[in-house]
Amino acid sequence: MHELAVTESILKIAEKHAVQSQAKKVTDVHIVIGRLSSIVNDSIQFYWDIISKNTLCENAKLHFERVPAKVLCLNCSFEFELPGELTPCPKCQSMRLKVIKGEEFWLDSIEIER
Amino acid sequence: MSTQKVQIVEKILDANDQLANQILKKLNDAEIFAINIMASPGSGKTSVILKTIEKLKGEMNIAVIEGDTAAVTIDADKVTALGMPAVQINTGGQCHLDAVLMEQGVDALDLSDIDLLIVENVGNLICPASFKIGTHSNVVVASVPEGDDKPYKYTNIYRGIDVLLLNKTDLLPYIDFRLDYFKDGIHALNQNLKFFEVSCKTGEGIEDWIDWLREKVKAQKNHR
Repeated sequence: MHELAVTESILKIAEKHAVQSQAKKVTDVHIVIGRLSSIVNDSIQFYWDIISKNTLCENAKLHFERVPAKVLCLNCSFEFELPGELTPCPKCQSMRLKVIKGEEFWLDSIEIER
Repeated sequence: MSTQKVQIVEKILDANDQLANQILKKLNDAEIFAINIMASPGSGKTSVILKTIEKLKGEMNIAVIEGDTAAVTIDADKVTALGMPAVQINTGGQCHLDAVLMEQGVDALDLSDIDLLIVENVGNLICPASFKIGTHSNVVVASVPEGDDKPYKYTNIYRGIDVLLLNKTDLLPYIDFRLDYFKDGIHALNQNLKFFEVSCKTGEGIEDWIDWLREKVKAQKNHR
């Protein structure tokens, strides 16, 4: 539900780096999102098309790389991917877990024309 | 024309996080201990806050920042009625408080006269978890009628908090709520979580929560 605020941040960061690189136009924006970040791709794309009008990023294509959620079992050190809901360690059934991947939420790179 | 790749790797919420850090510093300078209370609507956030004020108002000054999606001042009015300053922040439909809104709330208060700042976030278990607002502790108020499976479904919010209050424990005899299952879920991804079972209706368990707060406020004063 907060995708507008998030999209504004993405645009701000992309514009800043585009200006720094003396870009005439941004063609592609690459975003990395961990599965544990509650962000919906389609909503970002929807807002992006509206708010990027008349900026260097107008018509730039958004690419999303989804990183799966991975946890470490603190009992037996087994690493496994979280299927969706929180589940016990499939090896030892322990519920003492630590998230090691899946919280990513960053702007990885942009592609520009000079 | 060929395109060129520019590597960035910048956290998208970095601007928010930086502002949250500035707010935290401001609160530290004023020796204020601040908590961010999050919950789903109806879990009893406001009841917990009112109960907390009742218990502590003789020994410290408490201020409340109320985050609401609309200009409804019911909650803020209840706090003011207890003689404590309350600032209402209308998020304009936004599902969470962020650092920008939080700063407005903090700036509207006289920080020189506050020991404990309580922020009541918008009733929502998803979005508030993603936005730091510059408080010292994140607190969730869960409640028995919501069901024991919530930590398994809303892992994000349960993972990032310091304290959990399970409210409405007086309803335990009437509801199929497996306390052990719930506890396993909250401690799964967050082994250091402080857990309090409370009932705002009967007052049961509230003292433990109040003691925890008292300690934290004291530590914040001695900290400097």
